[in-house]
Amino acid sequence: MSQSTHLDQVTIRFAGDSGDGMQLTGTQFTNTTAMVGNDISTLPDYPAEIRAPAGTLFGVSGFQLQFSSHEIHTPGDQVDVLVAMNPAALKVNLQHLKDNGIIIANADAFTMRNLKLAGYEQNPLEDGSLEGFQLFAVPISTLTREALVDVAMGARDKDRSKNFFALGITYWMFSRPLEVTLKWIEEKFSGKPELIDANKKALNAGYSYALSTEVFTTTYTVEKASTASGTYRKITGNEAVSLGLIVAAHKAGRPLFLGGYPITPASDILHNLAKYRHYDVKTFQAEDEIAGVGAAIGASYSGALGVTASSGPGIALKSEFIGYAVMTEIPLVVINVQRGGPSTGLPTKTEQADLFQAFYGRNGEAPLPIVAAKSPADCFQTALEAAHMAIKFATPVFLLTDGYLANGAEPWLIPDVADIAEIREPLAQPGEEYLPYKRDRQTLARTLAVPGTEGLEHRLGGLEKEDLTGNVSYDPENHHRMIHLRQEKVEKVADFIPPPDFSGAQEGNLLIISWGSTFGTVFSALEEVKKQGREVSWMHLRWINPLPEMLGRLIGNFKNVLVPEINAGQLVKIIRSEYLVDAKGFDRVRGLPLQTHELVEEISSYFEEKK
Amino acid sequence: MSTIETLEQKELKYTKEDFISDQEVRWCPGCGDYSILAQMRRLLPELGVKKENVVFVSGIGCSSRFPYYMDTYGLHGIHGRAPALASGIKLANPDLTVFIITGDGDSLSIGGNHFIHLCRRNIDVTVLLFNNRIYGLTKGQYSPTSERGKITKSSPYGSLEEPFNPVKMALAAGATFVARSMDRDPKHLEATLLEAARHKGTSFVEIYQNCNIFNDGAFEKYTNIKTRFDNVLYLKNDWEYRFGKENDKHLFWDGFRFRVEEWKEQEKPLLHTPEEMPVSMEFALAELSERDEFPVPVGVFRKRQAATYDALLTKQIEEVKKSKGQGDLQKLLEAGNTWKVD
Repeated sequence: MSQSTHLDQVTIRFAGDSGDGMQLTGTQFTNTTAMVGNDISTLPDYPAEIRAPAGTLFGVSGFQLQFSSHEIHTPGDQVDVLVAMNPAALKVNLQHLKDNGIIIANADAFTMRNLKLAGYEQNPLEDGSLEGFQLFAVPISTLTREALVDVAMGARDKDRSKNFFALGITYWMFSRPLEVTLKWIEEKFSGKPELIDANKKALNAGYSYALSTEVFTTTYTVEKASTASGTYRKITGNEAVSLGLIVAAHKAGRPLFLGGYPITPASDILHNLAKYRHYDVKTFQAEDEIAGVGAAIGASYSGALGVTASSGPGIALKSEFIGYAVMTEIPLVVINVQRGGPSTGLPTKTEQADLFQAFYGRNGEAPLPIVAAKSPADCFQTALEAAHMAIKFATPVFLLTDGYLANGAEPWLIPDVADIAEIREPLAQPGEEYLPYKRDRQTLARTLAVPGTEGLEHRLGGLEKEDLTGNVSYDPENHHRMIHLRQEKVEKVADFIPPPDFSGAQEGNLLIISWGSTFGTVFSALEEVKKQGREVSWMHLRWINPLPEMLGRLIGNFKNVLVPEINAGQLVKIIRSEYLVDAKGFDRVRGLPLQTHELVEEISSYFEEKK
Repeated sequence: MSTIETLEQKELKYTKEDFISDQEVRWCPGCGDYSILAQMRRLLPELGVKKENVVFVSGIGCSSRFPYYMDTYGLHGIHGRAPALASGIKLANPDLTVFIITGDGDSLSIGGNHFIHLCRRNIDVTVLLFNNRIYGLTKGQYSPTSERGKITKSSPYGSLEEPFNPVKMALAAGATFVARSMDRDPKHLEATLLEAARHKGTSFVEIYQNCNIFNDGAFEKYTNIKTRFDNVLYLKNDWEYRFGKENDKHLFWDGFRFRVEEWKEQEKPLLHTPEEMPVSMEFALAELSERDEFPVPVGVFRKRQAATYDALLTKQIEEVKKSKGQGDLQKLLEAGNTWKVD
């Protein structure tokens, strides 16, 4: 008989060949765990190659998630449980495993050939090198084939169900129900009864194997997290962005138009939105990134909410058109799901190195508002805000997310649509005297007149505009005035956005300033630091341009300012130049989220010695 | 379009003056662009669409200043990208009548990719390509339609490149209406543009346009009244391929290619039928402009009915709404597996 142990939080990592279905397995574990009521945070970590050669180190695909009975914000630094479907997966991921952590390995995959591919001289499952870990070497392939003995399919096809067997083991181990995955299998493989049968059998067999053999001695339970009441779902960043845009368009009374081009890791936004024709969503897969943003600007000009979504290399191509939207003052939402750079860089990995690109990546003086999401679910709210400000201020707005937020998932408290504010910005009406560049006093935004409106015919373009009329003007003083009007307009956004997240005292030894997806790591690091009795203040920026007025008031009250980022120091340079303070950066640019313990060490160093 | 709207439109009483904007035209005196502008202002009252529903979109270049001079809606875009803007405009509001004004450099060099994809999608817009075979606004470099050997500032020893044939490109890319006309044949130009504007789908008109500053006389052979009839073949529906001052010559189709022959009355002469010609003949006709021994065809090369992208998109939205129902936002947010916390 097994014993049951309560745990507060668990980090599990599924790893295997990129063809082994690890992303699917991890996603199923996540869905089930979310339904059980735990808080979750996930990190899909996969190679750019779709099917890298089997068994190789660079072909290893991983999916990590942390789940907990309390609030968590990161997918965890080190893992408690590693599921390794082959030697390469073990080799690549062992470094992440905690001392005395659990390894569930597919013993069948530890063949001479695979061991050699992974660079093992001897079989680590047998040579004692994994002492110090709890090793469960399970012949998963053999057991899966045995479980599927009655299913009419070839051995190779049967092997493809082995990830469900492994999933079954982990479901038993962590006391998860099978229903969510069983139902998903039925829907996913609808019309293919032999696949439904095989995958269900494999899942059940894995569960029963763990239950009935005496190999596993302990099951673990993680209690429900106590969170705010309401209806929840699991959501990834790219899903949340898509939903936020649809809701924003409806709240603005405009059809949503996405001009896009496939690019990792942003393509899912295009895929998601393409499904929602019945929500008046028009998606346009353009011939290139440039045409994608151009069509979005054209659509906005004719009264839609124009959006384009891409990643760094695509944004580089779009930059001339983004500058055009700054000049013509047409609403536009530009989403950059940041990935590792420069150039093609690390397409499937996360990074925050496109902040400068968003700030400065255009010719001429071309300021625009920039907002960044802090978590997968927060992508919904930031998409709403980005669209709202784009329409309110007749300007392109950058929404920065990243690969980790885009593919990572967490529970989302679903809002009531009725509670979300309308985005009603008046358009010019027939009969009005219309000056295309006459500005609203409060916002400095110009009023738009869309084609089809009688009597308001006018021409816009990328040439400098005369103030008020919008006619082409080469007048030197007018140019100077327009440069500053466009800048001031962006600064006015500060009057209409929520304040940044701030915690801690208004003065002290250390202020941390962060933005984007490092939110979770900073949150977790500060929990640790607080346990050590140290006082740290923290401001997490949501809108990075304009910077919050509050930051200017507070920043001088701190002896030290630390800016952790997944880049070589971008926000920190902006902070230093903006406020003339000796802010220090902390960076680890590895294509992965920052690790909590590293940041804890860095923060601690500000208290241990006079820095 | 509903019948009622069509009736209303018949009552629109515009004149060409209604389409003149308050902006001073700033092309060089003698530029061929003036003629194209004049024909456009003349044909719009005939087209019968409300002027607030007309949008001119352009890229960069001399021709691309065009929208500023029309009292309609207009976007002067960025270099080569007018098709991108125009696609978004038309797809967001299919009721608009959208014109793209572009040049040989704008549409065939920097914007070549957008141009071919626009044609391929058959979005219902009308493209006017002002072909003067030179970069004018940047002061005289060879363009993708300049002839090989052309001496310009950027090719002092002669250009090494074969030119594009815009008509052939548009045909190959799948435009459903393809025509050619000339700035110095205003009647033909107006009629061709009107037919292009009325066509549903991507309509493409190459306009031979004289740049009297950097490439003067490039089309003189075709536009000069003395030489025109021996060097131009006017394509007309259901008309033999006859040309020459006395219509004394014609193109004979031997099943593979054209030959120039003296015209003789024939029992079953080959007639021009742009609505149903085989592709091989369309291309054979288009190719003639590249060969000195043949007249240059002007007029309509192709005019085919085909579903437009914008209409298909509208239809798809209606169909999805019919099968799934108009989307409910709250249901959208609550889709998939949800759980309640009390």
